[in-house]
Amino acid sequence: MEINLKTQTISKTKEHFKNGDFTCEDLVKAYLEEIEKKDKNIHAYLEIYKDVLEQAREADRKMKAGENASLLGIPFAIKDNILIKGRVASSASKILENYVATYDATVIEKLKDAGAVFIGRTNMDEFAMGGSTENSAYGVTKNPHDLDRVAGGTSGGSAAAVASNLCLVALGSDTGGSIRQPASFCGVTGLKGSYGSVSRYGLMAAVSSFDQIGPIAKNIEDAELVFNVIKGKDKYDSTSVDIEKSTKIKRKIGVMRSFINTDGIDEEVRKNFEDSLEVFQKSGYEIIDIDLPSLSNVLSTYYIINFAEISSNMARYDGVKFGEKIEGKNLLEDYMKTRGQLLGKEVKRRILLGAYVLSAGYYDSYYGSALKVREIIKKDFERAFEKVDVVLTPTAPTPAFKIGEKSANPLEMYLADIFTVTANIVGCPAISIPSGKTKAGLPLSIQLMAPYLHDHSLFEIGKDFDKAL
Amino acid sequence: MLNSEDIKKLAILSRIEVSEKEIETVAKEIDSILSYVGEIKNAVANSEVEDVHYKTINVFREDVLLPPKTSPDDLVICAPDNEGGYIKVKKIL
Repeated sequence: MEINLKTQTISKTKEHFKNGDFTCEDLVKAYLEEIEKKDKNIHAYLEIYKDVLEQAREADRKMKAGENASLLGIPFAIKDNILIKGRVASSASKILENYVATYDATVIEKLKDAGAVFIGRTNMDEFAMGGSTENSAYGVTKNPHDLDRVAGGTSGGSAAAVASNLCLVALGSDTGGSIRQPASFCGVTGLKGSYGSVSRYGLMAAVSSFDQIGPIAKNIEDAELVFNVIKGKDKYDSTSVDIEKSTKIKRKIGVMRSFINTDGIDEEVRKNFEDSLEVFQKSGYEIIDIDLPSLSNVLSTYYIINFAEISSNMARYDGVKFGEKIEGKNLLEDYMKTRGQLLGKEVKRRILLGAYVLSAGYYDSYYGSALKVREIIKKDFERAFEKVDVVLTPTAPTPAFKIGEKSANPLEMYLADIFTVTANIVGCPAISIPSGKTKAGLPLSIQLMAPYLHDHSLFEIGKDFDKAL
Repeated sequence: MLNSEDIKKLAILSRIEVSEKEIETVAKEIDSILSYVGEIKNAVANSEVEDVHYKTINVFREDVLLPPKTSPDDLVICAPDNEGGYIKVKKIL
């Protein structure tokens, strides 16, 4: 059977496997051909695994033997900061150029148990710092909808791979929107579950109190299927928790009018957002205006905590225990040169900023303040969720921007995170769902945020929106 | 206002070599970012939050070794300088 990569979904593919329409090896060969055709222009992948056909054949053997694991034979792309034992993981940095992972991340163990096949590792902003994948040490990933534009970041490679049919589903990581924003720019679905819903064991840490691994998929069903496999309390991650079972939703959606109508929101994004509200209303949802005054400080809160925790987490990259090394005259010079020459500009900038905000004399005014405001923001959200099931925003204030457009001024890149960082700050689950296109054909998306541990609401409400769209 | 001296101090603290050429640009960029995020101080001054109280869950477990995912040998060979099962570094003292 001729394989149409565009129409594949996890359940359709499994059905095809069951009916003998094609094998996993056939499917993977189709993806490899597509990668051969398209990826030199898109650059979603940093490496295609040489043994991927052998993995596919192993999946076929298991199917023939009657095995039926939930993701058996499903081809995945994995972000370059998630460890797969025996494979290179570089976090798109020069300092880990040839680093070979010594263990499987918990999410990888779970995907392996479920029978998944790994095509390769995807491009990202170096060490998950950025918003466009322009900070990769190995070149930018282009948006499949317009090659002059960014795929978004930091999980740009994963989002572009799913959007251009170079894999069926991908894993990304999200610290301040790094799954949701590239999903939005590329027109696919991206989910960040509640903080702790997915184990961080084996994810290279960026901001330990914000990071979450999550799926980037073609639709909500696939995102939910993958999330159900990778989620769960993990002995090796003491910040991990189990999600709440389903509870009844009230069909009420919260919108923060003043927040949505700030400067810098593209007119087409605003219009698409209003149209999306109508879609929800037609589906029987009530739109309720809510006010979260603390949100005017959300970016400062986010970035101070980001700089502080990142500078701490980056200390391990010193050329001693793993990765690459530049020789100096003495140990201090080893550190200074290794980090100075092998870490990218944005990474170094954030480490310096983190060192500053954590230093004596400034700790209280920056980091201490940020932690306090974080609690205020959390309380504002708790109050809002007493009235509504989910809070709705656009995922990003603009569609995908042009390559180079925002890289001159780091602050401009930070401002683009305005809608996504909140979910990381308060720890609540959030999903980005395609909601239309601009006149020029660029994807637009909306974002739903649910109360902490109520991840299932996102799937339920998201599917209603999808059906009605 | 952060100046080049401040950046040099932060660079040594962070163990990152910043070239003379880069220092001025880095100082400007860091300064503008700090001005932006620094407004957080006003937010706290205007709020009633006295102290941060966290809801916590006890995740302590028995002091029993979980099955390790790697062996020391597997980890040592990742070091750029290693010999005979040891990680090599230059003189510390």
